[in-house]
Amino acid sequence: MFLSRLRLPSSEIQSTLTCNGQSAMSGGCGRNPPPFPDNEDQEAELDTQVLDSDDDDDEGEDIFTGARSKPITPTSAPDEGDIFSEEGSYVRSDVHHATNGLHSDEELDLFTEATVELTLTNTTSQGRREIIGPTASACNTTRVPNSILKPSIVTKTMEELEEEESGDQFELNIAVTNPEKIGDGMNAYMSYKVSTQTTLPMFLNKTFSVRRRFSDFLGLYEKISAKHSLLGCIIPPPPQKSVVGMTKVKVGKEDSSSAEFVEKRRAALERYLQRVVAHPSLLQDPDVREFLERDELPRAVNTQALSGPGLLKMINRASDAVNKMTIKMNESDNWFESKLQEVENEEQLLRRLHAAVDSLVNHRKELCSNTVVFSKSVAMLGSVEENSALSRALSQLAEVEDKMEQLHQQQAFSDFFILAELLADYVRLLGAVRCCFEQRMKVWQRLQEAQSTLQKKREAEAKLLWANKPEKLQQAKDDINEWESKVSQYERDFERVTCTVRKEMLRFEKEKARDFKQHIVKYLESLLHTQHRLVKCWEAFLPEAKAIA
Amino acid sequence: QAAWSSEGFGSHWVRSVSVDLNNDASLVIDIPDALCERDKVKFTVHTKTTLSSFQKPEFSVPRQHEEFIWLHDTIVETEEYAGLIIPPAPPKPDFEGPREKMHKLGEGESSMTKEEYAKMKQELEAEYLAVFKKTVQVHEVFLQRFSSHPIFRKDRNFQIFLEYDQDLSVRRKNAKEMFGGFFKNMVKSADEVLISGVKEVDEFFEQEKTFLLDYSSKIKDATAKAEKMTRSHKNVADDYNHISGALNSTAADNNTAFKKHLEKYAEVFEKLRKLEDRVASDQELKLTELLRYYTRDIQAAKDLLYRRARALADNENSNKALDKARLKGKDIAQAEENQKQCLQKFDKLSESGKKELTSFKARRVVAFRKNLIEMTELEIKHAKVRRLKCCVYHYMFTRQCSGSHGKPGNLREF
Repeated sequence: MFLSRLRLPSSEIQSTLTCNGQSAMSGGCGRNPPPFPDNEDQEAELDTQVLDSDDDDDEGEDIFTGARSKPITPTSAPDEGDIFSEEGSYVRSDVHHATNGLHSDEELDLFTEATVELTLTNTTSQGRREIIGPTASACNTTRVPNSILKPSIVTKTMEELEEEESGDQFELNIAVTNPEKIGDGMNAYMSYKVSTQTTLPMFLNKTFSVRRRFSDFLGLYEKISAKHSLLGCIIPPPPQKSVVGMTKVKVGKEDSSSAEFVEKRRAALERYLQRVVAHPSLLQDPDVREFLERDELPRAVNTQALSGPGLLKMINRASDAVNKMTIKMNESDNWFESKLQEVENEEQLLRRLHAAVDSLVNHRKELCSNTVVFSKSVAMLGSVEENSALSRALSQLAEVEDKMEQLHQQQAFSDFFILAELLADYVRLLGAVRCCFEQRMKVWQRLQEAQSTLQKKREAEAKLLWANKPEKLQQAKDDINEWESKVSQYERDFERVTCTVRKEMLRFEKEKARDFKQHIVKYLESLLHTQHRLVKCWEAFLPEAKAIA
Repeated sequence: QAAWSSEGFGSHWVRSVSVDLNNDASLVIDIPDALCERDKVKFTVHTKTTLSSFQKPEFSVPRQHEEFIWLHDTIVETEEYAGLIIPPAPPKPDFEGPREKMHKLGEGESSMTKEEYAKMKQELEAEYLAVFKKTVQVHEVFLQRFSSHPIFRKDRNFQIFLEYDQDLSVRRKNAKEMFGGFFKNMVKSADEVLISGVKEVDEFFEQEKTFLLDYSSKIKDATAKAEKMTRSHKNVADDYNHISGALNSTAADNNTAFKKHLEKYAEVFEKLRKLEDRVASDQELKLTELLRYYTRDIQAAKDLLYRRARALADNENSNKALDKARLKGKDIAQAEENQKQCLQKFDKLSESGKKELTSFKARRVVAFRKNLIEMTELEIKHAKVRRLKCCVYHYMFTRQCSGSHGKPGNLREF
């Protein structure tokens, strides 16, 4: 059953949404949609039975109440009572599903026995936190599997690895909000509030916040990267530097494009942190904890190397190196090789998608401006029209088109922040994945070199034996011992890295699938919102059109 | 190479720009069929009539666009009709847009997958068809304006157009060369003269002049802006198409679960594309076409005013000539006759002009009303369908198969 939980649905909405089983299949619980005037539009495809009942929606009050218009808007005044009350936090629709949920059948048969609760929230002045349902957190929830806390070196099977992931769950929510410009001129910078809410015992408090600037985030990346990338972890890349964007902000240009830039950056920083803390090993890192907790951080220097193009170059070099490795290492190489190929293909696909979404954003913005221009033109026409009812209708039409423009604007916002940024993030994440594979290669290389050195030492010893030089023999034996232990160390390292990379890939793929799904869901929500408002606008206009005489 | 037949759609193709003009069963015209070959469109003009002036009660003739123009020009040049609003000539069928795209598609064929190519080709064909439908409609309405007008329907040339089963272009050449171009130029440059020149004696026409001049520029502007807006809609639809195409394009051997997700998402975007496309084309049909048509019709009304203004000028000149003749004492009778004729012509034009302009007002208001209502209803319908589809997909993607953990996304305030 598909239930709506919020009050005020009219009986029509109830019937549309609570249709169960077969009755829904027969077109809207027994209602016949009114015939439409235009024959030609019968071509409009309504391929699911459910869609025939589209007229039944919303005759009276809607389930879609709430007046808040923009999905994500930064507000300025923090409300200390609830650090997450600012609009700035990125709310991921929370999906606590069984780990195998993603692979289940998602057929078009909508009315199987699944029990689902459609959670609808009301706007409050506090923001969007009122969620009906047991979930306390609306934000990013990190699960910290117990198994990670005691790393084991034994290679696990895929199934075992999967099971580990669904360990105990702790909560950690992060928000990045309240961008503030500090200083003036070219030395100015933006400071962001980083707020954490957690039940994890390793933190000093349950709720706390600090202020950080962009270079702090880059500094964090550098530290994490230095420590963890060698182990084969996938390190989330930080947002890119932007000289143009920041200069506008520094110079004090108070226009919409610099506001957009700041919002874009704020959201990117938030996502970055959320990804970092979602990683079980990284969350344990004291640098991460310090970043979240400590009041004053020492200024991070040498972050130039981590500017956008620099980082990208590093990543690309990594992939070249990996591609040059043609020697097979062991049986599991097939897995790694094909995985890498998959990653590269996917990266290409995501780039292509990103370009298409970018184009969508731009065209939608164009649509905005064309709509505004058209609206003005219609208003002019209406002012000249001599028939008074038609004149009024035309000026109403101009107003409707104005509202359309606002809706298109919102939709462009969604297009960008929900889709485009997701794709951009993942293009960079896939680059980080490739780095991770390269790390494994490096470790293997080191092992190979050590093995060949060991071989040489052994040959040297044999030569000495043959040449019968007992004084140097001890040295040779010592060397061999040294290299033998090195080789075995490097073998262990390699195994560990291999295991880590596999686990990381698994975790990454799961998170990616979940991320994409959540974003698509969010996008659908934004569309729903827009379309609903559209319906309202035009429905308000219809009587005006009919009043023309 | 492409030949499309519009078999059958002419009759239920809703005439959006003017109220149904086929009210009078004594003369019913429609274009049930049209053939598009390369550049040329051949319209099948079908007539059903009870009038005895025709040879048969039902008949069809093939006509090309130029023959419609011949009819228009001939009517314009008929002195008798100076006091009537001449239905505006239909614009030339313009397949340039889709044809160019088709050409580009052919060039880019190698750089896209077979499925993508097939999909784009299909869309282009739909675009072609849309242009085709529009041009049939506009030619049909043109004829129906004549058939529904008490005076025009009796015009001999009109009847020839409907009945004569040979090619008309032979008869047409001379007429155009002699009158057509010259006449049109004269009329166009009369715009400024009208505005500044003749002193208007009749309040009704003074008001009409002011109104029509103002309205004309505004509606032209609105048409252009509407066209831009519709084009943007189509661009958005195209982008959804590319997104859906990219989502579907993952390698065939990649069988990850993620890929399956991507294919589902591709489906969503494909639906979004179709709906956006439909919104764009409905808007074009109901709003932009309406504005386009009335831009032309307003021009026809202005032409009437010009003709009347010229007649007024002639009238005044003839008065002056009569006075001069009387002064000189020469050719008085001739001058009197001339003056009488000019006055008669002017009066006739004014009387018929007033009637025409009044009914034009009414016609315009009715057409706007009809189209605005239809457009609004379509917008509502499309938005509802889109809303519902999003709801359905949302449900699909957030539904979980096993009970307790089902926590779909928050359908927050809407």
